[in-house]
Amino acid sequence: LRRPPAPTRSQLRNVALVCALTLLVAAVFAPDAFAHLLTPQSGGSANANRISNLYDVTLYIAIVIFIGVEGTLLYTLVRFRKRKGRVPVQIHGNTRLEIGWTVGAAVVLIALAVLTFAELHSIRTPDASGPNGLSVGDGAELTSDDAIKPPKGPYITIQVNGQQYIWRFTYLGFGKLADQLDDPYTYYHMYVPTNTTVELKVVSQDVVHSWWIPDLGGKVQAVPGYANWTWFNIPKPATYSGQCAFLCGEGHARMKALVTALPPKQWLAWLHTLEAELKANKAGGAAGRAALQNRTGSAAVENP
Amino acid sequence: MATTTLTPVPQIVVDHVERESHGLMGWLTTTDHKRIGILYMVTSFVFFIVGGVEALMLRLQLGLANNDLISPQTYNELFTLHGSTMIFLFVVPMMAGLGNYFVPLMIGARDVAFPRLNAISYWLFLAGAIVFYASIFWTPSAAGWIATVPLSESTYSPAGGVDAWIYLIHLTGLGSLLGAINFFVTIANMRAPGMTWSRLPLFVWSILTYALLLIVALPVIAAAVTMLLLDRHFGTHFYDPAQGGSVLLWQNLFWFFGHPEVYVMVLPAFGVISEVLPVFARKPIFGYKAIAASTILIAFLGLLTWIHHLFTTPTPVVVLIFAMIASFLIAVPTGVKIFNWIGTLWQGSIEFRTPLIFAVSAIALFTIGGITGVFLAIFPVDWQLNDTYFVVAHLHFVLIGGSVFGIFAAIYYWFPKMTGRMLSEALGRLSCGLMFVGTLVTFLIQHSLGLDGMPRRVYEYDNVGHLQLYNQISTVGSWILAAGVLVTVINVARSLKSGATAGPDPWKANTLEWFVPSPPPENNFDVIPRVRSLEPMKDIRREVERHSSDPRTPAPATTVPAPSETTVSV
Repeated sequence: LRRPPAPTRSQLRNVALVCALTLLVAAVFAPDAFAHLLTPQSGGSANANRISNLYDVTLYIAIVIFIGVEGTLLYTLVRFRKRKGRVPVQIHGNTRLEIGWTVGAAVVLIALAVLTFAELHSIRTPDASGPNGLSVGDGAELTSDDAIKPPKGPYITIQVNGQQYIWRFTYLGFGKLADQLDDPYTYYHMYVPTNTTVELKVVSQDVVHSWWIPDLGGKVQAVPGYANWTWFNIPKPATYSGQCAFLCGEGHARMKALVTALPPKQWLAWLHTLEAELKANKAGGAAGRAALQNRTGSAAVENP
Repeated sequence: MATTTLTPVPQIVVDHVERESHGLMGWLTTTDHKRIGILYMVTSFVFFIVGGVEALMLRLQLGLANNDLISPQTYNELFTLHGSTMIFLFVVPMMAGLGNYFVPLMIGARDVAFPRLNAISYWLFLAGAIVFYASIFWTPSAAGWIATVPLSESTYSPAGGVDAWIYLIHLTGLGSLLGAINFFVTIANMRAPGMTWSRLPLFVWSILTYALLLIVALPVIAAAVTMLLLDRHFGTHFYDPAQGGSVLLWQNLFWFFGHPEVYVMVLPAFGVISEVLPVFARKPIFGYKAIAASTILIAFLGLLTWIHHLFTTPTPVVVLIFAMIASFLIAVPTGVKIFNWIGTLWQGSIEFRTPLIFAVSAIALFTIGGITGVFLAIFPVDWQLNDTYFVVAHLHFVLIGGSVFGIFAAIYYWFPKMTGRMLSEALGRLSCGLMFVGTLVTFLIQHSLGLDGMPRRVYEYDNVGHLQLYNQISTVGSWILAAGVLVTVINVARSLKSGATAGPDPWKANTLEWFVPSPPPENNFDVIPRVRSLEPMKDIRREVERHSSDPRTPAPATTVPAPSETTVSV
């Protein structure tokens, strides 16, 4: 049996070139639909974009390292395959070379760490609200003693509460009472004003959940007994979706959430409608309880 | 003339020799490290198949958007079973099996230090497996292999499945702990004369590190699950925030064990790769000391990085930074290993036998898992990737690429030693090819699934974007991977009956296990050869050659391993 002749070096080079070009062309002209083949979702809020930038830089470095390592491995396997007359070189190591690649690996990682530190502050600390955001007169806050550093300028705080298997959003400080017990709330669908920094205080009332709207930044776990913080600022009216990212039980896959950003004026209008609705519901509930109390004669009916 | 004083080598001393039991009783009562090793390997391989079938069922459910083939509860139970099985009942005990069989042979010992303790380790492992799998007849745990509180507390998981899982951890953990102590004592005390630490085979280094990691990490998980058990049944509140307990305590304790566990699973596979490459490249290992040192360093750093599993929890940023730096640091010794392996192949004369193909595939695949690990170590990036299919892809490249391919390399490399028969090369290549392609098809696309917003541990998804297409690619890949594994099963079954005879040293390998007949006699060595280098078999072969070319000098006794009776020389 005769072996086909081994490919010459120039043939191999041509094949590699064609492969690389194809990949490049595919990457450049890939339809938008395949945008997330290699990069995370972003675009809803600046922090998500910054994470995406950091990811992109890491990806470029990773691709170089990947091609370098796998390419060298493949080349070694082809080049040094067993052939008649080949004598394996009996060496035990090369201290200089070994120190070299140890330092090389360390340098790449130091570069990545420096990049992370450069981006970290802007990802973690909320941006200031835009000029067209919700104003202080309309209920936005200016100061706070929250765990994360508050942004300069007006912002609002929404408490995100995880429970099996639904998210509840409480718009903190928008009620009339000082103890915030009548703050308006919604389930599943969160509404926020555009151009306004929104701080999220993420809590859980039963098991661990994880809040995640991919376009609006990273995850934060909702851990019973702790408050966790994140933020976003949506520049244009839009709706983003996400879902619970930490196994929370049977209904985990259906624990979804929507976030809709409205211009501040529309958002205020929506808030008033919500408040009226909640008020009506509350009154209806009170009337129902009173009726029940009259009918049964019980001294008190527990507020569910 | 200076006289050399010989330091006495500890040896097994017996007052009488018991007759060997045969048949079933022989297997049930054995204290022979080789038989116990085979028990470990066969049992854990059975669980590999079981865990694999569970994975195939999970992939089938995800093959269609909003599929209702499997109910949500069953789906959660299946991935809990799959994760727990692969980790506690396949990879860790498989490494224990390989270590059991080959550590004494490689260091020139006649058994492990505590043979009866060794048997107890195996039976504890089997007991844990049986208790855990018995729960499938009632309600198995659906809390995932990480069993995070409060979901695993009795309020949210009232059924006994979580308790069965706790006993799985307790029983297999105790077995592993005893086994680890046994390995450590054996390696520290029972090496052949002349086998200094700098002549210890790299696989033995990796088992030593495996043992150290288990000894450090297992007590922590034992404490954690004991507290969970107390919470569930005896009214304590270790993890109950309403009563002053802490949910994050569980996550910290669990991952303090869970992350070193990754290195427990992957370092012995690295050890196998470090044994296989020099044999088939016909070249000494490149940078022996660097590889041995990197093994220890990875293990040490691996104990400092558990926080990177907690990047999205309410933990102070300074702690996250520490975990990120520690995780970065691990990439350095890991990279060193990969470079040294390529250095070993470089300028060699590479024979593409199946063990080498598996070992090289392991390097190629593990590299992908290693690189994606760097993404996950950068904690702001992890905030996007955490708990998505990106992580699933990453961990499978690490554990299939590293551990499974390493284990298969070990099977193909050592099967001739264990059975005296060769495996088919053609089937081996086919198996490796299918598994390699299967792993790439199944898991590469899962990175994109995660980037496209699909969290892990969900039983269904809406068909937005390309989620369904990506999932279908992954499902097809899982069947290719399964076919690859099946080919090896067939190969083993065929060769057990009709494989070609192997002889003591079919690969012309370097380490002492190839000095004894295949399969080795019960006492391993009649004469324990003196070790003069890292590659004692090379020395022995050279010596034999020298003597056979010069017929006037008789061959040295040490080079004639005779199959022997059950006597133990004292």
